[in-house]
Amino acid sequence: MIQSIDYHAVGPVLILAATALWLLLAGRRTALPIALIGTAAALGWSLSLLGSRHETFCLPPAKLPRVVGGGQVGRSCSFVIDNRALLFQVVILVSLAVVLLQRREPGAPPGEWHLLLLCSATGMLTIAAARDLLTLVVALEVLSLPSYALAGLRRGDRRSSEAALKFFLVSVVSSAVTLLGMALLYGLTGSLQLDRIAGQLGRGEIRGPATAAAVVLTLIGFLFKVSAVPFHAWAPDTYEGAPLTITCWLAVASKVAGFAGLLTLLTDGLAPYANVWGPVLAVLAALTMTVGNIVALAQRGVVRLLAWSSIAQAGYVLAALAATRDQSAARSAALAYIAIYAVTSLAVFAAVGLLARGGPLTLDGLRGRRRGAAAVMLTFAALNLAGAPPGLAGLFAKLVVVRVLVNGGLGWLAVFVAVNTALGLAVYLRLVAPLFAAVPDRPSGARHPGLGAPPGRPILPALAAAVPTLGAVAIGVYPTLVLHLTDLAGR
Amino acid sequence: MRILLLVLLALPLAGAVVLPWLKDAAATAVAVLVALTGLVMSLVLAVDVGTSSRPHAVTDASWIASLGVHFHVGLDGVSSPLMVLTTLLTFLCCVYTVRVLPAPGRAGQMLALVQLLQAGVLTTFAAADLVLFFVAFEVVLIPMYFLISVWGGGPAAGHAATKFVLYTLLGSALMLIGLLLLGIRAGTSDMTVLTQRHGAGLDSASQLLAFIAIALGLAIKSPLWPLHSWLPDAHTEAPTVGSVLLAGVLLKMGTYGLIRIAVPDLPTAAHDLAPTLAILATVAVVYGALCCLAQTDLKRLIAYSSVGHMGFVLLGIATLTSAGIDAALFGNIAHGLITGLLFFLVGGLKDRHHTGNIAAIGSGLFLRLPRYGALLMFAAVASLGLPGLAGFWGEVLALLAAYHPAAGLPVALFRVLMAAGFLGTLLTAGYFLLLLSRLAFGPVRPHTEPHDDVQAVEWLAWAPLVAGTLALGLYPRMLLAVTHPATLLLVAR
Repeated sequence: MIQSIDYHAVGPVLILAATALWLLLAGRRTALPIALIGTAAALGWSLSLLGSRHETFCLPPAKLPRVVGGGQVGRSCSFVIDNRALLFQVVILVSLAVVLLQRREPGAPPGEWHLLLLCSATGMLTIAAARDLLTLVVALEVLSLPSYALAGLRRGDRRSSEAALKFFLVSVVSSAVTLLGMALLYGLTGSLQLDRIAGQLGRGEIRGPATAAAVVLTLIGFLFKVSAVPFHAWAPDTYEGAPLTITCWLAVASKVAGFAGLLTLLTDGLAPYANVWGPVLAVLAALTMTVGNIVALAQRGVVRLLAWSSIAQAGYVLAALAATRDQSAARSAALAYIAIYAVTSLAVFAAVGLLARGGPLTLDGLRGRRRGAAAVMLTFAALNLAGAPPGLAGLFAKLVVVRVLVNGGLGWLAVFVAVNTALGLAVYLRLVAPLFAAVPDRPSGARHPGLGAPPGRPILPALAAAVPTLGAVAIGVYPTLVLHLTDLAGR
Repeated sequence: MRILLLVLLALPLAGAVVLPWLKDAAATAVAVLVALTGLVMSLVLAVDVGTSSRPHAVTDASWIASLGVHFHVGLDGVSSPLMVLTTLLTFLCCVYTVRVLPAPGRAGQMLALVQLLQAGVLTTFAAADLVLFFVAFEVVLIPMYFLISVWGGGPAAGHAATKFVLYTLLGSALMLIGLLLLGIRAGTSDMTVLTQRHGAGLDSASQLLAFIAIALGLAIKSPLWPLHSWLPDAHTEAPTVGSVLLAGVLLKMGTYGLIRIAVPDLPTAAHDLAPTLAILATVAVVYGALCCLAQTDLKRLIAYSSVGHMGFVLLGIATLTSAGIDAALFGNIAHGLITGLLFFLVGGLKDRHHTGNIAAIGSGLFLRLPRYGALLMFAAVASLGLPGLAGFWGEVLALLAAYHPAAGLPVALFRVLMAAGFLGTLLTAGYFLLLLSRLAFGPVRPHTEPHDDVQAVEWLAWAPLVAGTLALGLYPRMLLAVTHPATLLLVAR
């Protein structure tokens, strides 16, 4: 059988993969420009596809074997570019561009650094469009493997190695659990294609504890990726140990990709089992928000605080997804939250990157550093994550989530979101308040940890912070910019 | 007039963007100018609204299409007096800053926050869309947080600011749930439409849920006993300007929301919960007064007196009658003027003596600073409800309204509450007279340092409040004629 491939659909993935290969040959100075050009080209390609639908790697219509009930099924495609996939791809590519602009770990060779980032992004673009179990798993591994290496790139720092190892072990275990779930699903439905699985699940003959277990197990790998409680334990250590730029990559792009996979599974494959995973997600959402925020309140390190708060942020997305009464509205709300979270989170990490100049950054280390654009951007972006004006973009993100919960009859979860909004603000105020506090007297000449001469070119990292900040401003003033897209993508 | 309202809402935002970049003197001058322009514009708008009952200066443009949210603003008799109060107090705060700039200085940044705060409050009062109302309601949080935590200066300022911001954010997040429930069940977030419907098409269960969520958020802001505990801390630690705006303007947003959204849009639930609200309001009146008797700190005392005064306002609202809501609006304005003045005065005293402790400041203010003493006495007797001054009408009208609550409400209960409220006014008189006897009268303690009497800038900042208190006290119709046609629509069946 000869496959015809729709190159429109796979274009962005191919561009990134080709750019990654090119980077192997690139020199010190050319690596970053090449990576940026590749990212821009892929982004342009993705944007040009918005509104259209492309399918490729398709199976022809087939007759199902007797074991799984027989009957005829239609054409089914493994790689589908629709508005949702494109939205995820655009968010991931924008994150990639911003992360590329951020400071490179001094010891890391430029070719390797950019190569790993682009490889990881290739997996992410694929996961957004994957519509069968195998492609999902392969894409998940493609995005994860380079991440382990990236997390361990702080050479000579034991915590960095520990971060990478912990991340690796936990990811492998969760992948194994997901594979087990997928194997069960395959055994029960006789198909790897998500739409065919949905058809089988919808027929109701295979309803039972085994199927419910298969559904939940399959989700676990992705819940690890988005670091939902109780699958979150790896995140704080990994975030803290990894280079700050890679922490940003893990907290934003990797999490967004995890949600892309989760959404694909829930929407295309497991939608008939919403009555099983809906309540599970609701409970996990409540746990994730609350645990993330409460633990974040006790942190003293800036990165650990951000790690725990980014765990909490995932809870709001899960909450939106749990409103299964109107799945399309729930998806739109979740997508809106994801997109706005990505933009504001990028701004926060990039701004912290500007303030951190080598060494671990503590909340005390931020004291009195209100001068300069970095402090303003950090304050604005953190308030966006908290959802308090002037962070209007974040406010609207919370608003759409609460709206879909109220509409979906999950009032109790809406109350959780409300309480956590207050807790979240407390967390982000801990981050912001020191900036504007009076500077403590300290012996002159004493170097404060985290302060020092800024290494490298400051223009690009400043740009990396400014771009998402301006994006958040634009979304805040005119939220339709994002909400219109996520509305289309959620359908 | 449309354009004028939009400019009035946008001007403080523009001010907030420009001010942080200016030097102290220039920033203060610009802020005073911006605030004065705002005051003039709001007066023009208020005159334009006059005594008509329909909304004026309406702008309605689609904002967030996918949620059906509009940028919908307008003014009527309920909002225009509050609008003028807001611009007036902001202007006076800017004027006051010319002389008194709390540590650590940075006038531009502080006044930018004041302007941002004003933008939020004005938009809240002008909003005619539930979501816009919510967004504007939230805008004031962060500026007030920074005003208290950075310019408060006291050792507990950070803690008080955090308590304020978390408490009120929790409230407004709960309010959002209620507002969304209301908007989704009614199928529109247009407040004018919702008011006209008077809850038609909303089942009583969702009305009740929405009312509880909305009222909780607004009650925290107002604040209603027992949700008031953030207020004394915030007031004690805030700089003078912050206290004035907090008491004079921010608290009004809570009662305004009840009047504008909770009562007219959810009438069945409002009717069910009015007795509870009235009981809590009366408890607040008595509790606030009792707390005042026990206070040793001036600012804390005035803060607790605010709890009592807002209790009268809430009691007026809980009667669900047009007269009661008129009384509430009157009480709002009177409280804004009088308590604004009181916070200015005690803030000035605190700045002069570097302490807010009543005993430490000592007696004999009349002898030491005669003009200051006179102003303090005026504000105190206005606040305790002396007939002929603005404070009197707010309380008396609320108590009278409680004598005739809306049809169907337990009349006996409301009359008992009226009696309790009357007791509250006696207690209020008691603690204010006690305060005056400890502070204003009596001999000057030996070895008291000399202090400046009222300065020119202070006169400028405080005289309008004195004049307003007198004018409203002597001629209450001036305000009642404006609010009454609009409140009739809020409770009409």
